[in-house]
Amino acid sequence: MRTSIRWALVLMLLLALTACGGQGGEATQAPAAEDTTQEATAEVQPAKEIVFYNWSEYIDPEVYDLFEKETGIKVVEDNFSSNEELLAKLKGGVTGYAVIVPSDYMVNIMIQEGLLAELDHDNIPNIKNLAEEWRNVPFDPGNKYCVPYQWGTTGLGYLSDQMDEPQTWAVLFKPNPDAPWYGRATMLDDARESFAAALIYLGYDPNTTDEGQLKEARDLLIQAKPGLAGYDSDTYEDLLAAGENLLAHGWSGDFLMAQEDNENIAYTIPQEGGVIWVDNLCIPASVTPEEKLAAEMFINFILRPDIGAKISEYNYYATPNAAAEKLLPEDFLNDPTVYPPEEVRAKLHFLKPVGEAEALYQRLWDEVKAAP
Amino acid sequence: MNELLQRKPGLRAWLLLAPSFLWLLIFFIIPLGIIVVYSFLERDLYGGVVWKWTLENYRRVFDPLYFKTFLYSLWIAFLTAFFSLLFGYPLAYYIATRPEKTRNALVLALMIPFWTNFLVRTYAWLTLLRTNTGLINVWLQEWGIIDHPLPLFGNTFAITLGLVYGWMPDMILPIYAALEQLDRSLLEAAEDLYASGWQVFRRVIWPLSLPGVIAGTMLVFIPSLGAFVTPAILGGGKRLMIGNVITNQFLGAHDWPFGSALSVLMMAVMLLATLIYFRTGGEEARRGGLG
Amino acid sequence: MSATPTTSTPSAGQHRLRHVLGQWLFHLYGFAGYAFFYLPILILVIFSFNDSRSVSKWAGFTLRWYEAMLQDRQIMLALWNSVFVAVVSTAIATVLGTLAAMALERYRRFPGRLIADITLYLPIIIPDIAMAIMLLAFFNLSGIGLHIWKVHFFGVRLAVPISVIIGHVAFNISFVAVVVQARLAQMDRTLEEAAQDLYASPWRTFWRVTLPLMMPGVLGGALLAFTLSLDDFVITFFTSGAGFNTLPVRVFGMIRKGVTPKINAVSSLMLGFSLLLVTLALLAARGREERKVGFF
Repeated sequence: MRTSIRWALVLMLLLALTACGGQGGEATQAPAAEDTTQEATAEVQPAKEIVFYNWSEYIDPEVYDLFEKETGIKVVEDNFSSNEELLAKLKGGVTGYAVIVPSDYMVNIMIQEGLLAELDHDNIPNIKNLAEEWRNVPFDPGNKYCVPYQWGTTGLGYLSDQMDEPQTWAVLFKPNPDAPWYGRATMLDDARESFAAALIYLGYDPNTTDEGQLKEARDLLIQAKPGLAGYDSDTYEDLLAAGENLLAHGWSGDFLMAQEDNENIAYTIPQEGGVIWVDNLCIPASVTPEEKLAAEMFINFILRPDIGAKISEYNYYATPNAAAEKLLPEDFLNDPTVYPPEEVRAKLHFLKPVGEAEALYQRLWDEVKAAP
Repeated sequence: MNELLQRKPGLRAWLLLAPSFLWLLIFFIIPLGIIVVYSFLERDLYGGVVWKWTLENYRRVFDPLYFKTFLYSLWIAFLTAFFSLLFGYPLAYYIATRPEKTRNALVLALMIPFWTNFLVRTYAWLTLLRTNTGLINVWLQEWGIIDHPLPLFGNTFAITLGLVYGWMPDMILPIYAALEQLDRSLLEAAEDLYASGWQVFRRVIWPLSLPGVIAGTMLVFIPSLGAFVTPAILGGGKRLMIGNVITNQFLGAHDWPFGSALSVLMMAVMLLATLIYFRTGGEEARRGGLG
Repeated sequence: MSATPTTSTPSAGQHRLRHVLGQWLFHLYGFAGYAFFYLPILILVIFSFNDSRSVSKWAGFTLRWYEAMLQDRQIMLALWNSVFVAVVSTAIATVLGTLAAMALERYRRFPGRLIADITLYLPIIIPDIAMAIMLLAFFNLSGIGLHIWKVHFFGVRLAVPISVIIGHVAFNISFVAVVVQARLAQMDRTLEEAAQDLYASPWRTFWRVTLPLMMPGVLGGALLAFTLSLDDFVITFFTSGAGFNTLPVRVFGMIRKGVTPKINAVSSLMLGFSLLLVTLALLAARGREERKVGFF
């Protein structure tokens, strides 16, 4: 008797859960805006609230307030910390994100996996503000799926009062126990980025799928290990600012942001070259039509010149927005750290998907990490 | 109905078990089944699975690289459990022998540091342990005790310290729960019986606290074996534990089947260890505790 | 080790000295133990008042991080979400886990015991990350999804993350059961038997004898569950839907761009808040204890 009651309870619980699921789905769809100033013929009205899945501290929070004031749409921010993590979440079936910010090579992968929705350019007229070179990027010709958000480079940050400007990646790959930065340097905890540094130093293509070249790069990375304090993608710029480390492999804007704490922090791209990347605003394929419209309105808003300039002033990364550049101060535009000069640009490489070799990269990276 | 229950204790046991068992069946065993199935499938290049059966994932588990990582993780977990017991037992005993009010306050005081965030706590240790600007090394150098910074960070020591810090309360609480039961009169009788304090401890206190020790050891050993945040932060990312490998299969390498196979194998090892522990230690503990 | 008055033997004085010395050393050990647990916390609190972005170099006193934190709507929301998930999942897990522990301890051998044991202990054994992934796969395949259930509860707008709570309860049941079982194994059954001999109903025996006796175990289990839930990052991270963050998930996102004293400030605030709660609880318990004398 008692058991059957329990079973009934469990059944009810399960039913309740499925019901909740349904209800939640509707809740996230968010009914159409109440003010009916739009024409009655408009089929879709923008969602009232959207979730922006972004890297952390990558946008001036004021932008949300301005957007809400103008459109009545509230933006909630969620953060991820790597492209792979973003992909894992989307592949895992997490829905509800309206705008995401994958980097170049990840856009490739996501398009291939059918995870992105095509943009409706009619809703994003400000796309015309983009600089010519960002209108036709190889990973997404014609901005069919994405709009470039900010771009930057990967190179070496260092404390200029403690060491000379590092000219070559050898400062990491040929560790010298007498160098002041021996044991006080970090590399990114990121398979693709660290392999790219080693491959570039060796004079190979950073997107190589050649096993021999990759193994050579692995040996080089293992050789560098005794001179490293650790692998760190999160706090390396703080460690420089605090004087714990003298040298760090990392992303340009991070070092510039850390200059607020320690003016001796400098950034350079070694003579062998480095990595260039661009993060992009995209819409996942799983969005509802209401969310998609609101997302496109948000993307359009970000592409406004004043908003684009505001974002660059906040995160110290270069903007792909030509109209926004006009509003940025002269010394920002002339800063070689933000806008590398032509001869340096020529030595920068984009990371590209490596397909089946992905597994090889990860496996060799595990070998590096496990090496004594 | 009642009579039936009286006659069949098994039924009563299952009545008590039903809610938790059903919860775990639906929200744990079935999901577990899913990853067991995953572990026999082929990977999809960017996460997810391809429905083709294979044993390849289990073959790769025994690859020397991952096997060595597994042994290193076992070593770290052993060190963590050992030091947690070594330092935690006297502390549990200390708490259990205080007056009742102090006792409750002390137990709560033990939990409070853990109501801050795990990541933040780990980073707080970083502030102390760092090689050049860590407070411990800075102070020791200022006081002239050492000339060169001690290697407190980015090694096995730092990882073990972080894990002991994180999991020792899980050792202390069950031991405390067992010791708190200790009957004063039993102790007095024991003192009359045995001459030394050591004998009282070995013959009376230790056997009585053994169930707590076993529960505590399990609660510390297991999360330490699966740890991945602590080695990433306090190990400076330079030491790889099996938890890091598993996490990376899901978050970095997009190889869900291999990650699942590693998880399944890790669980199998832990399950085996637990069963052996219960078959030997557990029974002994019960006899000691009740006899 | 002795806590009892020493008997008068010829060596009583020596004995007493050893006893006092032992007690003193023991206190010192207790103090050192707690110092170990509180040292990083102390550092954390101190640097929440640091007038610099650095969390290791002192640059003067400020309250600006607290101000920044209070203005950060996302942090405050995440804090609330954390507490909400922890309270709800602890309540459910404590009831279920305690019942399970009683079944396992009271009825040593029954059909299906091994299955029950394995089901109950497995969640402890499984690595966080595996549990997170399998729950994610399950919510996906079962159609339950990762939706946030939004309800209005007496005028308060609540976001109930069904999937996160389910996951937290699933790993917490086992921890509660282990702690309660350890307590039950030690319990003196004679009191219960005595109560039953005196014709107390099973219910009455349970409420008046069994429950009070096992209460330290139940509270210990609940505390453990609450702590684990509040601190869980991995499972929450994978099972929460878009736009729902608990504090650890939020902090993880923030740490990506460096640890700022703002994070320290949140932690310090949580700490202060729990200290306040604990003090109140202890005061309440003391009051009840004093009154209790009258009832018996």
